[in-house]
Amino acid sequence: MTAPSSTPPITNPQVLALLRQKARKRAVLIVVALLFAALVMALPVIAIFARAFQEGFEVYSANITTPDTLHAIWLTVLTALIVLPINLIYGIAVSWAIVHYRFPGRRALQIIIELPFSISPIVAGLCYLLIYGATGVVGSWLDGWDIQLMFNLFGIVLVSLFVTCPFVARELIPLMEISGQDQEEAALTLGATGWQTFRHVTLPKIKWALLYGAILANARVIGEFGAVSVVSGNIRGETMTLPLQVQLLYNDYNATGAFAAATVLTVIAVITLVLRSTIEARHPHEHA
Amino acid sequence: MTHLDAAPPRTFLSPFRLKRHVMPGFSLTLGTSLLFVCLIILLPLSGLFWQMSQLGLADYWRIISSERTLASFRVTISAAAFATLFNAVFGLLLAYVLVRYKFPGKRLLDALVDLPFALPTAVAGIALVALYDKNGWMGTLLSAVGLKVAYTWWGIVLAMMFTSVPFGVRTVQPVLESLKPDAEEAARTLGARDWQVFRHIVFPQVWPSFITGASLAFARSLGEFGAVIFIAGNMPFKTEIASLLIMIRLEEYDYPAASAIAGTILLIALFVLVAANIAQSRATRHLHKGSS
Amino acid sequence: MRKTLLAAVGAAFLFTAPASASDNAPKEILNVSYDIARELYAAINPKFQAYWKDKTGQDIDIKQSHAGSSKQARAIMQGLKADIVTFNQVLDVQVLADRGGFVSKSWQQDLPNNASPYFSLPAFLVREGNPKGIKDWSDLVRDDVKLVFPNPKTSGNARYTYLAAYAYALEQNGGDDAKAREFVGKLLSNVAVFDTGGRGATTSFVEREIGDVLITFEAEVENIRAKYGEDEYQRVVPSISLLAEFPVALVKKVAEKRGSVDVSKAYLDYLYSEEAQEIIASFNNRVHNETVKAKYAENFPEVRLIRVEDVFGSWDKANKTHFAEGGVLDQVFTGN
Repeated sequence: MTAPSSTPPITNPQVLALLRQKARKRAVLIVVALLFAALVMALPVIAIFARAFQEGFEVYSANITTPDTLHAIWLTVLTALIVLPINLIYGIAVSWAIVHYRFPGRRALQIIIELPFSISPIVAGLCYLLIYGATGVVGSWLDGWDIQLMFNLFGIVLVSLFVTCPFVARELIPLMEISGQDQEEAALTLGATGWQTFRHVTLPKIKWALLYGAILANARVIGEFGAVSVVSGNIRGETMTLPLQVQLLYNDYNATGAFAAATVLTVIAVITLVLRSTIEARHPHEHA
Repeated sequence: MTHLDAAPPRTFLSPFRLKRHVMPGFSLTLGTSLLFVCLIILLPLSGLFWQMSQLGLADYWRIISSERTLASFRVTISAAAFATLFNAVFGLLLAYVLVRYKFPGKRLLDALVDLPFALPTAVAGIALVALYDKNGWMGTLLSAVGLKVAYTWWGIVLAMMFTSVPFGVRTVQPVLESLKPDAEEAARTLGARDWQVFRHIVFPQVWPSFITGASLAFARSLGEFGAVIFIAGNMPFKTEIASLLIMIRLEEYDYPAASAIAGTILLIALFVLVAANIAQSRATRHLHKGSS
Repeated sequence: MRKTLLAAVGAAFLFTAPASASDNAPKEILNVSYDIARELYAAINPKFQAYWKDKTGQDIDIKQSHAGSSKQARAIMQGLKADIVTFNQVLDVQVLADRGGFVSKSWQQDLPNNASPYFSLPAFLVREGNPKGIKDWSDLVRDDVKLVFPNPKTSGNARYTYLAAYAYALEQNGGDDAKAREFVGKLLSNVAVFDTGGRGATTSFVEREIGDVLITFEAEVENIRAKYGEDEYQRVVPSISLLAEFPVALVKKVAEKRGSVDVSKAYLDYLYSEEAQEIIASFNNRVHNETVKAKYAENFPEVRLIRVEDVFGSWDKANKTHFAEGGVLDQVFTGN
């Protein structure tokens, strides 16, 4: 704090006026940015909590602990738990393949893995119904074996995978490209197996990016609405994920319950943001 | 797991391999990736195009050019364009403020920008309705000046804006961060004013990423469903978005029509992304040519 | 890595392995139903469980799924494993019979009263004191009246409303089709918000305070009053309305596979029992059981009900002329 006082104070009135003007401009820009953020982003979150607690904490906790809402929370967590490892394995595999090898169709693969981001969730859900539904090509064949893919946990997991699969790869690929493969090659020359090389050389390099991608993907899995609403059978207490439960309660004349369920999702979102910015602050250059 | 090593990918692809790879795990990683990509991405998407191909060109045209469909495209595209425009401007402002200034609450603001990504769209939808309908905090305020947001076209714009804010900020931010100050300082020494510096020095360098951000935001807005249906009035011809029309066609058992509309929206989104990609690489090339 | 990978994939499949047909006595059945019947079936289910336990000694769990009834029918065709359907649309059950034989062709004859244990009619809900003086369908086309009802394209509920208004206009104008079209065109232009389902419309009218009149089933009208205060809203029953049957059926294709035919049939029969009819009537649906009817007579004002078949030929015909793409509904909309 001694640094500013060591510089001689500015006394020239023209320079002072200029500085003041600059400070004013700066203040205006900051205030406009903050206002925009507050109005567009912060206010809705506040509204959710205000509405959820409007009738007191007791009503809120009663709403959160109804069996259907609890089941929705459980189903959402379960879905996230299943989707996460698959996403990690796929993300690592596809990044490894794209970064370390040149093969025909590599560019196409790069485009394809980004595709789910530009597809409307509703359209994604529709695609799944068309293929994996009981009248779809794959679905009707599986139906003959008594295997049902849509309107149950399986369907929810599948569409969740679809909407979130780009996250991990998108973090890993740029990072792995920058860091190159010299260290891996060195390890291999020294006689390490492929798995050892990955475990002890690559993984430490990419772990933060991996975590970062996983957190983003996870947040999306938990919050997915459009795609899941197409393939969930709307069976109460069975195939309702938390976002669907929010809509259901809202339509059930139970706005307070809907907002109470929404607070759970909001808290998860906030935790996601905190984790994200913590990783970013601590390891700024270890992810893309 | 040994069977995976002997799985088709290696034998199938090995003739194409130009040199022996140093890095191990080629067949394992590529095999896993291809399996996943086929089952999770390509197969479902092929379903959509297969369903579309069942339609003749004439039928496709009839569905797409029906007044209701056109109206829903008009509503969706105009709202998405408006939201994108708004977000691009404010996104740039937010990014600029975040990169150039230090102020209390900066970390919070930075984190807040990603909120729309993290917050489920359905939650965003009911939150916006709670805020902007007649009895909401904003709604009462706005209705005092005679503005109606909820259940109008503006409501759609608002929902799209909310869900696509991060695109505008996050694509521009890293570029702003990497700008070297010398050009700006030189311009200032030569007597350029702040606005001129921004207009002639900063903005041209940010422009490519600005386009990317805007196109991503636009593509996202086109497909947004969860947040919009709560706050749009869902009136055919007025506030009915294309995604809702897809849902409606589905519920009428009209799969071909649903697929036709879905496919068209998908193509528009892809077209915008590709066009932006081209525009961006052109702008980048131009930039480098100009600066060298 | 490989072991973990295997384990992870294995676990994922274990978790998601779909339950295939199990032992003979089913433990649960799934009732796939329309949007606004949640509370009704939530009240019936425990009674039926007790009745079934009493009768057979078996425990049965009844799962419910509610959404727009067309959406539900589509989901069943796509593989949603429903044992029974309880819809608000004859058409949506018929489609299950026509496509893929989920429901028997003769489903309407399998149970009494066209397989409809109860019925209702489109009626109006207005705000306290009926400030706009709404009495009949003709008041709904006035310029100063704003309406709320769901989208006829997606909601069975709204299809009844639309057809009832059309039938009313036909009768007023001596069967003049052009006049009737003009009438429903005006009616639609007065709609303030088009939700996709009955519940959404109710929320718009009650929670968001949009519009002067909510048009929905009489049962729902009364349920809203019970929930939100009898004094704040009033029911208006128009001079004529449309008979809205609530058809139920066994999804035999699924039930046979799951071995739940007996309990599912028993459930449907139970809906006609006095006990169930009483619950149904207490939710303000009109029923056929004479004892219950007499008991709740004062809740249900006399109204002349017309059948879809009498005015429009058949549901199928009404659907083709009015609701199909490019039909009358699309035409009058475009006219605005």
